[in-house]
Amino acid sequence: MKATLENRTSNNQPAREEFVAPEVNIFETCDGYVLEAEMPGVGKDGLEISVEGSEITLVGRRAVETANGQAIFRERQQASYRRVFELDPAIDTGKISAKIQQGVLTLTLPKSERVKPRKITVD
Amino acid sequence: MKLTRWQRPELSIWPGFGRLTNLRDEIDRLFEEPLAELARTSRLLSGWTPALDLHEDKDHITVKVELPGMKREDIEVSLHDGALSISGERRNEQKFEDAQVYRAERFFGRFQRIIALPAPVAADKIKAQYKEGVLTITLPKAEEAKSKQIDVQVS
Repeated sequence: MKATLENRTSNNQPAREEFVAPEVNIFETCDGYVLEAEMPGVGKDGLEISVEGSEITLVGRRAVETANGQAIFRERQQASYRRVFELDPAIDTGKISAKIQQGVLTLTLPKSERVKPRKITVD
Repeated sequence: MKLTRWQRPELSIWPGFGRLTNLRDEIDRLFEEPLAELARTSRLLSGWTPALDLHEDKDHITVKVELPGMKREDIEVSLHDGALSISGERRNEQKFEDAQVYRAERFFGRFQRIIALPAPVAADKIKAQYKEGVLTITLPKAEEAKSKQIDVQVS
């Protein structure tokens, strides 16, 4: 899956940035959701995660690589990663956390306290 | 033929959001899917084929393989008769056993890639580095494989 977005550069020339969708796993536990996205070649500095309304956008840009000589095989994509998800309203957007380790982004999306199941003690 | 269970990319739907992804997926499928479909079919038949780049310059061969989320000890690199083999296993850490799975697109299991190197290399000087999910293998060419400039003597 590929998507393109128009992105204006400083001299106001429209430049197109190419994107590919990273493969993801999504789990739900009683505390919240966990999303893992595969973004090989992306470091902490290349990540851009934004929440707007009920949508979360994940963008990962690869660190610039210097090519060493002539390419014999070239299978790796050069495009950046981008994928948008709609958030469950139960998620507390202020508590979303992210980390990236060896090209796998892990997002932790906790549910807000009011929707978590809880026991009420009887006096 | 090795049979690997196919992990269906859309087992179930992220709640409240299915419509949006699916619509986008469908639109993208119209334009892009022949290639992506091919990639999925090859995964069905052969498991995981990590993307690989090979560059060659005067003194080195550089191989880069995308292996996100691996442990260093699960990656094996070996050289045999001028063929470079990169293999290993990505284990599914069952961190969320009681969890409900909404999407399972990532592949877990064994993989292997074998490539014929374009020139003989100095086997004892091969270096491999794993960073940001990309394995970079630097293979210095063997002395006899390096091109040499020969001075022409004028007499």
